[in-house]
Amino acid sequence: MRENLSVAFQGLWNHKLRSVLTMLGIIIGIASIITIVSTIRGTSEQIKANLVGAGTNGVSVRLYQKNNPYDLTWNPPPDGVKPVTEDTRQELSRLDHVESVSLFHSREWCNGIYAGDHGFNGSLLGVDAHYLDTAGYALLYGRGFSEADFAKSKKVCLLDAAAVTALFGGDFPLGCTVEILEQPFTVIGVVNPVSKTEPDISSLSDYYTYYSSGGGTVFVPGSTWPILYRFDEPETVLLTADHTDNMTRVGQEAAQLLTATQITGGDGSFSYRAIDLMEQAEQIQQLSRSTNSQLIWIASISLLVGGIGVMNIMLVTVTERTAEIGLKKALGARKKRILYQFLTEAAVLTSCGGVLGVVSGVVMARLISAVMGTPTAVSMGAALIALAFSTVIGVVFGLIPAVKASNLNPIEALKRD
Amino acid sequence: MLLEMHDICKSFPLGDGYIEILKHIDLSVEEGEYLAIMGPSGSGKTTLMNLIGCLDVPTSGSYYFCGQDIAGASDDALADIRNSSIGFVFQNYQLLPTMTALDNVALPLLYADVDRTERRERARAALERMGLGERVEHRPNQLSGGQCQRVAIARAMINKPKLLLADEPTGALDTASGAQIMDLFEELNAAGTTVVLITHDPNVAARAGHTRHILDGRLVEEDAL
Ligand SMILES: Nc1ncnc2c1ncn2[C@@H]1O[C@H](COP(=O)(O)OP(=O)(O)O)[C@@H](O)[C@H]1O
Ligand SMILES: [Mg+2]
Repeated sequence: MRENLSVAFQGLWNHKLRSVLTMLGIIIGIASIITIVSTIRGTSEQIKANLVGAGTNGVSVRLYQKNNPYDLTWNPPPDGVKPVTEDTRQELSRLDHVESVSLFHSREWCNGIYAGDHGFNGSLLGVDAHYLDTAGYALLYGRGFSEADFAKSKKVCLLDAAAVTALFGGDFPLGCTVEILEQPFTVIGVVNPVSKTEPDISSLSDYYTYYSSGGGTVFVPGSTWPILYRFDEPETVLLTADHTDNMTRVGQEAAQLLTATQITGGDGSFSYRAIDLMEQAEQIQQLSRSTNSQLIWIASISLLVGGIGVMNIMLVTVTERTAEIGLKKALGARKKRILYQFLTEAAVLTSCGGVLGVVSGVVMARLISAVMGTPTAVSMGAALIALAFSTVIGVVFGLIPAVKASNLNPIEALKRD
Repeated sequence: MLLEMHDICKSFPLGDGYIEILKHIDLSVEEGEYLAIMGPSGSGKTTLMNLIGCLDVPTSGSYYFCGQDIAGASDDALADIRNSSIGFVFQNYQLLPTMTALDNVALPLLYADVDRTERRERARAALERMGLGERVEHRPNQLSGGQCQRVAIARAMINKPKLLLADEPTGALDTASGAQIMDLFEELNAAGTTVVLITHDPNVAARAGHTRHILDGRLVEEDAL
């Protein structure tokens, strides 16, 4: 075995150009697969991180009509659906694995928020006293909403960093007035997500909205919502689970409870449903995976072509080395020894191609990520599988030439020259 | 008896039919013998040597080498016999050009599953015995014809074979190197190795214990010539 290996490497080295040309198909194939896999992993990990977020384990449960979220921007508050009461909120917070519960109203792509000449169209949220904790926001400066703010429906608001930038440029916003749907609101504080500067993304559409709008959120006390919009708008419920694994369960139980308690009439098309972030993340990942798996098929064709190239060159090698094979057999080499020698050579050839392929794949992935700004994550597992695969290709495509060599008749082989 | 051939024929496919190269050969060689087989070019000497050396099997007839039936043996069984019991010396040396003299000599030991250090030790000793102690790391293209043939003899003898089989070993050598090779053969025979030498040179054949003649694929007695 050791003899075979050293002879194989020697042979490879003696025919450098030929070896590299032979390996090219394998190199390109493996490199493309590594690049593609790294890119897939990179994007899907980023998506997952964005969606599932900073580990707040937040699940939102909102009103659905049939299979679509009920959109209060264009539709009136639905018949037969009650606003969520404080009692219900507390009942929700007593569910297993629930850490906190908050109720809020929301408008995305909200027009009509101004500070002087500056307009803004991010999200507007009407929140309760638990929202900032539940959604994982911390006060950067100023103050949060007080009990009086809620009780007296005071026209005060909090901004996040993106909203501050949009409405005030670099200026200090505390005490300034923001005009929301022609109502003056006083800025009392600025908030920031605790662990990560990611928005509270709760659906696929939010995800795209976030990436097209650049985010930005204005918070007002939930009790002021009827001043801006209407009475009777059903709230969305945001819950946090004690662990990521319990998110799905918490979401389902909360949705059941809300559907049972809040929906008192109507035509039966309404229900509360949880938006499972993990599931959303999976969906988006699936999307990028399926497009990229087609690319992997194409890369595999390159591997097949590479394998055939190896077979071809090995057949040439066997013919070239007929005399050597014949002599070895004359000196007592058994068939298997010759077979293994040529299989080893083919496998060494393709494995070297595999190593070069992995290296160039990693380099390529880094390059793509540098140029396009997309993340990549090179997986050790994928690299190892690619290497093993390239070795297998050598053995498979080396088999026919090796069998041919091992069956050579020693006198036929010695007769030449 | 080291080897016994009885009524051996060998034919090769040619065109639509067959061409019979060796015709009804009877040959036996005793242990310790030094036999020369002489014949003109094309008479079938190499074909006979391939059969004796278990490189090929006869078309018909029986062949026993060391009591073992060769006619029906498998490829691997033949390889084992060649490895352990027969040393080959060819006219054109048949050394592997990419290997050093040492590695060339050690090659049969590899197929006998001898470990690497022992292989190298034994090969070095064999080359020293051939007077090539200073040439162990040379490649064949850095050696003269006579030196190459001595490397080939070292290789042939490395597994202490029962039979040393040489096909025109001096054919490509000048007279002086040829004589040196013939001396070596005599020495090896004196030390107990059976030698079968194939040649068309009467001077070479004269050094052997006795001589058989081959003519047109048949073994004939000298007085028939
Ligand atoms: N494989 C083969 N197929 C057909 N003819 C062969 C084959 N091997 C040898 N011959 C023929 O057999 C004859 C004897 O060959 P060979 O044994 O090499 O003779 P020598 O060694 O005495 O010169 C030659 O005419 C040669 O052409
Ligand atoms: Mg001949």
